[in-house]
Amino acid sequence: MIANYGYKDGSGEYYISIDTDKCIDCAAGRACLEACPKQMFEVIADDYDDQVVWVKKPNCRTLAYDCSACKPAAGYASLPCTLACTPGAIKHSW
Amino acid sequence: MSATSIETTVETMPAKKEFWRWQENVWVDESKDWKSAKLITCGIDVGSVSSQAVLVVDGELYGFNSMRTGNNSPDSATNALQGVMDKCGMQLSDIHYVVGTGYGRVNVPFAHKAITEIACHARGANYMGGNSVRTILDMGGQDCKAIHCDEKGKVTNFLMNDKCAAGTGRGMEVISDLMQIPIAELGPRSFDIDAEPDAVSSVCVVFAKSEALGLLKAGYTKNKVIAAYCQAMAERVVSLLERIGVEEGFFITGGIAKNPGVVKRIEKLLGIKAMETKVDSQIAGALGAALFGYTLMQKQGAKAA
Amino acid sequence: MITAGIDMGSRTVKVVLLEEIKVEGAPQLKYAIKKTHIMMPGDLDPDQAAEKVYDDVLTGAGLKRDQISAVFATGAGRKQVAFATEGITEMTAGAKGASYMFPLARTVVDVGAEEGRGMKTDEQGRAVDFAGNEKCAAGAGSFAEAMSRALQMNLKEFGDASLLSDKTIPMNAQCTVFAESEVVSLIHSATPKNDIAKAVLDAVASRVCAMVRRVGIEGEVVLIGGMVHNAGFVQSLKNAMGVDKISLPDMPEYISALGCALIAAERQH
Repeated sequence: MIANYGYKDGSGEYYISIDTDKCIDCAAGRACLEACPKQMFEVIADDYDDQVVWVKKPNCRTLAYDCSACKPAAGYASLPCTLACTPGAIKHSW
Repeated sequence: MSATSIETTVETMPAKKEFWRWQENVWVDESKDWKSAKLITCGIDVGSVSSQAVLVVDGELYGFNSMRTGNNSPDSATNALQGVMDKCGMQLSDIHYVVGTGYGRVNVPFAHKAITEIACHARGANYMGGNSVRTILDMGGQDCKAIHCDEKGKVTNFLMNDKCAAGTGRGMEVISDLMQIPIAELGPRSFDIDAEPDAVSSVCVVFAKSEALGLLKAGYTKNKVIAAYCQAMAERVVSLLERIGVEEGFFITGGIAKNPGVVKRIEKLLGIKAMETKVDSQIAGALGAALFGYTLMQKQGAKAA
Repeated sequence: MITAGIDMGSRTVKVVLLEEIKVEGAPQLKYAIKKTHIMMPGDLDPDQAAEKVYDDVLTGAGLKRDQISAVFATGAGRKQVAFATEGITEMTAGAKGASYMFPLARTVVDVGAEEGRGMKTDEQGRAVDFAGNEKCAAGAGSFAEAMSRALQMNLKEFGDASLLSDKTIPMNAQCTVFAESEVVSLIHSATPKNDIAKAVLDAVASRVCAMVRRVGIEGEVVLIGGMVHNAGFVQSLKNAMGVDKISLPDMPEYISALGCALIAAERQH
């Protein structure tokens, strides 16, 4: 399952997608939890009783702002979370 | 199926006319007798705007109540359930399993389990539309969900937007209030126009409001402004759907399914017709929750056996 | 030489007339702001509003159109200014105007009615980087204005009320429409108005600050745009940015228009 967390508003579309098939039985030791400077990720039991990571609810609504520190206006080459997630479950839409 | 509609005044408000009021609804299947049932489960969906309670008897939809959420979430859950129980003489002790979902799902004090509205809507849509349902659009009071599921109603892809009012029921209520037209009339009125207008250019509801006033001044009729707004909403919703991939059967749940002004425009943009349903579109979440409860109880029963 | 700058904002139109003063022996050119004018378009279309406000300001200064060497326009509606010599972005104009007022400015924050943005500037007053949050009412002054209406205060009272509060109440809603309902429930649950006002201004400040952080907070920080008049917002912004001082110009709404007139003057040489 692809879970998209985030929103679209007048200023743009901002989603972090988690591919739960790659996230269950994480091969990276849940490295994303520590990698994110704002600690936006946490492990939950989803509706199908799998242990996966999601973006915390309050962060979903302020995603563009929360991720802004890792994505300066001048452009960025890599993100701590996507680097930490070696199985490639985490993707950013912007 | 016979639907009895009861309009209840939820709270005392000043005497100004409330255009956002949509019809509240309570119904039970009078042809069934729940007292001879093996398993009775209940789903409660407390949303920011509306609350539903659904009763599922031996895996089949038996009754529901759909009403406006008051200021107090736990009371809303209790009131919603009481409404449908009163209709068939049931008590809470008759219900074997309660699943809560929606915004207030943590506030359903008598729930045995909480499940997200995403999974519940997919399950509910799968019941209401059958196992050919693949793409679900749910527009609630303060959110909008795009869900892709498989033939069992299991979610394979989803997104939920509850940050921005554009593309939510509240966004529609704002226009209803602005135009001073009851919300149920917005859809039909949006087709009573001379020519289909372009969508309002602002995504943001606050700016769209000013834009709507500007259009009125520029000579647009109220209906045409409503049409422009419905078109903008349809376009926005379609962009959300396209992000998760649109596949037929396309099913719409939530209050928006009752607004042809937006539904027809979405269908036109996608080139796909939405599936029909005879069941009130707003109960999908609570229905899915009750069905999850039924499956859980069956598993427990199988273990015990 | 007299130049003009016109800022076609989403809510108001601002015009600045600038006269070049030649000072004997001075290494740099000096300017005197001859006249300023602000107008709410009201019933006028943007292009009509532009014409009217421009004529009004010229009349007030005792000048005619042909005495103005160049008119540069900025703002959301700058393309509707038919008589403009050239149009420039709000970033360029805001950076220029702010740096003129505060030559040591390196971070400029512009919060208007419909857009909040942050700019990194250099010694020449050029915007070298910027980040904005446009088209979402929650990121700018409209948010504060809508909430002040819900509390039945005008913006000034609203700002002053927030200064009386020392609580931090985070808001869940990130959208103006949803926030209005949240404010109503806060009122229903007997939250003091001062605390609500502060919560609202903190919310806008944190969104604006997140934008500014994308360009980096360095050196002197200047705030321009109408929100300067809101003391509560300025305090909330200081807290969010973690700075002790934010420089505030005297005529904050005119800074972008001033920037236009300055650039117009520079380009005539």
